[in-house]
Amino acid sequence: MTIELRDVTFRVGAETHIYETNLVLKPGGFNILLGTTLSGKTTLMRLMAGLEKPTTGEIWTKDRNVTGVAVQKRSVAMVYQAFINYPSFSVYDNIASPLKVAGLSKNAIKEKVHRFADLLKLTPMLNRMPSELSGGQQQRTALARALVKGTELVLLDEPLANLDYKLREELRDDLPKLFADTGATVVYATSEPLEALMLGGHTATLKEGCVVQFGETASIYRKPATLESAEVFSDPPINTAAIEKRGDEAYLGETVSWKLPEKLTFLPDGNYKIGLRPHHLLPEGQGVEVQGIVQIAEISGSDSIIRIDVDDNVWVCETRGIHSYEFGEKARFVFNAGHCMYFGADNRLINIPSSSDQTDITNSGRL
Amino acid sequence: MAEIRFKNVQHAYPPPKGQKPVYALKEVNQIWEDGGAYALLGPSGCGKTTLLNTISGLLTPSEGEIYFDDQEVTHLPTSDRRIAQVFQFPVVYDTMTVFDNLAFPLRNRGMDETAVKQRVAQIAEMLDLTANLNKRASGLTADGKQKISLGRGLVRSDVNAILFDEPLTVIDPHLKWQLRSKLKELHQQTGVTMIYVTHDQVEALTFADKVVVMYDGAVVQVGTPVELFNRPKHKFVGYFIGSPGMNFLPCKLDRGQPVFHNNLLNTSYPVGNDLSGRTEVGVRPEFVEFTDDGIPVVIDKIEDLGRYQVVTVKHESEVIKMVVDEDQQIPTDNPKIQFNPDMTRIYCDDWLVGGGQNE
Repeated sequence: MTIELRDVTFRVGAETHIYETNLVLKPGGFNILLGTTLSGKTTLMRLMAGLEKPTTGEIWTKDRNVTGVAVQKRSVAMVYQAFINYPSFSVYDNIASPLKVAGLSKNAIKEKVHRFADLLKLTPMLNRMPSELSGGQQQRTALARALVKGTELVLLDEPLANLDYKLREELRDDLPKLFADTGATVVYATSEPLEALMLGGHTATLKEGCVVQFGETASIYRKPATLESAEVFSDPPINTAAIEKRGDEAYLGETVSWKLPEKLTFLPDGNYKIGLRPHHLLPEGQGVEVQGIVQIAEISGSDSIIRIDVDDNVWVCETRGIHSYEFGEKARFVFNAGHCMYFGADNRLINIPSSSDQTDITNSGRL
Repeated sequence: MAEIRFKNVQHAYPPPKGQKPVYALKEVNQIWEDGGAYALLGPSGCGKTTLLNTISGLLTPSEGEIYFDDQEVTHLPTSDRRIAQVFQFPVVYDTMTVFDNLAFPLRNRGMDETAVKQRVAQIAEMLDLTANLNKRASGLTADGKQKISLGRGLVRSDVNAILFDEPLTVIDPHLKWQLRSKLKELHQQTGVTMIYVTHDQVEALTFADKVVVMYDGAVVQVGTPVELFNRPKHKFVGYFIGSPGMNFLPCKLDRGQPVFHNNLLNTSYPVGNDLSGRTEVGVRPEFVEFTDDGIPVVIDKIEDLGRYQVVTVKHESEVIKMVVDEDQQIPTDNPKIQFNPDMTRIYCDDWLVGGGQNE
């Protein structure tokens, strides 16, 4: 099913929750809404579901204007971050409940419940009560209930956020497979860039109630239209800094400088910005050197994330292996200037790293 | 300040009638060195909170003994143990000011007001709460409140240890690292023993000098982050630490070297050939690479995760995950893989066997 937002805004009193948004979701695929808390993900979903009516603008599905059509009259299912199940129903009855409401025959219900329980690895638990399940099993039950209805639009609002990370790992693997055969248009809200990359599909980056960019997930990551889009799509946060262009050189403060890519040397001298992904800042090696003061070295098992103060900026180095630093330690980090993304003073992308795709960035899908 | 020692500590909650007791904690022998930063890591239900509660005295273990230095405290009530605790949800007195919250434990112990003022000012400084001292605690954000809980633990100079039970759960993800950084800094400044319970590997490995990994009521490994990554003693550690987790593949043994579906693998840590039990080879996705010569595989899935790619391959229906650099080409023509022998380990009935266990 197609779903389209036309000039949609949403205000509560004097407060704007969603600024004018135009968005055409990819039918029959994964559409990810990526943004931090309060960026408007949940509000957008509630608008799409019909749980909220836009203040201005229209929402269309196929050729039908559904603005103001009640949620009950739409083909929509929604799963929330908190696992919501009927506590006094068994897993079987939880999954069967929307089918009973729809008046399906007992046999048809049985067939469907078993098919989706199988898909979500819940078959051995069908007779248990939700309180006897682990968090992952409870959320899978909620997912099965949403899927079994066979709705054309499925809205998933951070469905994995309350699960421990190993379970998230497994479900992230399973989810796209689960929906691949249903043909449903899936909208998936998350605050985690890595989750968006794992799920693939299309992504809309959101910031403070605005859709910043929409397009294929990997291409948004590689070619963010603006610094904001790059920031939304980076965890740990992308390293940014104001630079000054003087001739064919970029200056970061007075002491750090490097040669600009030839393409950029023709731009007028003045103030620009750079974005450097945390994994392109290295604890050792050759390249442009920066001095930083270590705030913390975080270790995730196989990687280290080192946060450092570089002048007025907090920069992050994300690197393989386990690197320990003392708090407050002065350390040297390096980066390859070829990995810098360049933005104008207005935060619009000028140039992406030479190693990435060099196609014309004016067609980067900005809305 | 004290060294905390566990001697054969076990705990079974009372079983339902006619059933055998189920142990939530199985034979823990563990020394918590004075001034150490420990993390207790494991999935929900592994027994980590049970263990923590036996330290604080909220729970008396059904078997075994606990010592603080030379004093046995197994049956001592919480109030006599001088333990501070920080829970998932900040516990603050909402109607009191930040100052009064921090002063509370000191005033309770009858400290004179000048000393209270001095000590509270010192702790507030450490926690960056000085500017908020006269504000009511109810007006603070979740991380501010959690800092108060933490401050109340630190303000007493006589605590034996501070225990943290998933203290960052309610903190906004973007602020978590700042609080983690603060905790580390505080540990270095105060030298108080800290024990931090979490199911999050980043929190555990970042905070702790030593990580205690628990699984199914038992401590399966105690080690530094590097040890846990390089040399998981139990399959669970290999799975739980690292993302994606370690690959485990069924193998036979040939003169101490693992054989996986007729492919002789090399490990720098061979074993004697007389193992009886289920043997598997374990290798992390980071140490599997494409080579011209090796085990033939079929590529199942390539995930571009920006910084790196996770490639899922199959050999004889066994799934192997690989971590590959972002700009590396994935071979399409008869791909073959190899394992790094220095990072290939053998497991028997879920436990690490073979040489190099103590390197």
